[in-house]
Amino acid sequence: MKLLTLNFLTCARKACKPLPTSFPLHPADATLATTETAFSPAFLRNILPRLDWPALKGLCDELGLPGVGDEAPGPEALFEDGELPESDEDIVGEIEAGKRPTKLAHDLHQLLVETVMLEGKLVCASCGHEYAVKEGIANFLLPSHLV
Amino acid sequence: MLPTPSTSHVSFDNVYEPAEDSYLVLDTLSSASETAFLSQRFPVHAPAPLALEIGTGSGVVLAFISAHARKLFGHTNVITLGTDVNGFACRAARETVQVACKEHKAEAGIFTDVVAGDLASPLRARKVDVLVFNPPYVPTEELPALPDDLVVPGREFERDSYLLSLSYAGGEDGMETTKRLLDSLGDILSERGVAYVLLCARNRPDEVAAGLRDAGWDVEVCGRSGKVGGWEKLVVLRIWRD
Repeated sequence: MKLLTLNFLTCARKACKPLPTSFPLHPADATLATTETAFSPAFLRNILPRLDWPALKGLCDELGLPGVGDEAPGPEALFEDGELPESDEDIVGEIEAGKRPTKLAHDLHQLLVETVMLEGKLVCASCGHEYAVKEGIANFLLPSHLV
Repeated sequence: MLPTPSTSHVSFDNVYEPAEDSYLVLDTLSSASETAFLSQRFPVHAPAPLALEIGTGSGVVLAFISAHARKLFGHTNVITLGTDVNGFACRAARETVQVACKEHKAEAGIFTDVVAGDLASPLRARKVDVLVFNPPYVPTEELPALPDDLVVPGREFERDSYLLSLSYAGGEDGMETTKRLLDSLGDILSERGVAYVLLCARNRPDEVAAGLRDAGWDVEVCGRSGKVGGWEKLVVLRIWRD
């Protein structure tokens, strides 16, 4: 499961939903991996304004990943003047002429889209329920007495 | 016609096989009226819309939305996600979507995950911009209880027929699960959110649409197929607020 996905998920229990502590879920015993994915700086530009940045920062800290800054970067931090490098790198999506993605854009792509949690648990800080992640699939099914 | 994603790797012993209803959803989403609606509602520079499919089954619909994002939205800055209560379906759908996105790399949005869960229960409130649901719509005497784990106990044959029943058995009027979803729509959709929900004639789509309008939603029939005695067998409703 991608770290990006975790920015949209919360505890599945009805009683927890309205409580601020039910988001973000906290990773435990996590095994991470990297999956190579096409790089879309245009997508990053559009996803930035809707990310919960403190949740992402907290997630990085808890997973021991090299930190992101305290403040969400603006879209202008993703591009710089210059020609696109002639590499075999997969860049998809629209990109303005004369601009190329910055190192920060590459780093965010790697963090949000390419880093996945293969195994582990996601813990709700409100009720303590642990959602298992197995082979990259998170299980939010609940026994009926917990729904 | 956009190519239909391949599901040749999926075992249909315990995952719903794409059928007329699935194809109607694909045709509806790629129709001129819906691509115009989606492109206008989610323009290229707007914050990336989150598209959620509930009950992915094989993943053919989610793969179609993900791999053909540019055709549907006019751009590829779209994030896609699926849920299913059947663990086999979650794994199968993930592969279906990944394969389709690789094949249409320049046209595809950003597919994230398929998570196991009931309806949109794992999602934060009011984050979903495009919701797609081809529900279990067949009227049945009983509504099967939902699994509480990815591993369902029991012998293989019983387990598989139970898992398949989850994909079609809709309880009273075939509406029990759909009704649960529609009742919580306001907590799932964002302000700019839109839902596409498939119904069959026995679900009484006219009454469902009237109920939604009473609750303050705009509703339009945007897809239909298979006339039976003058009645559409299947319809797709577009539900949104302006």
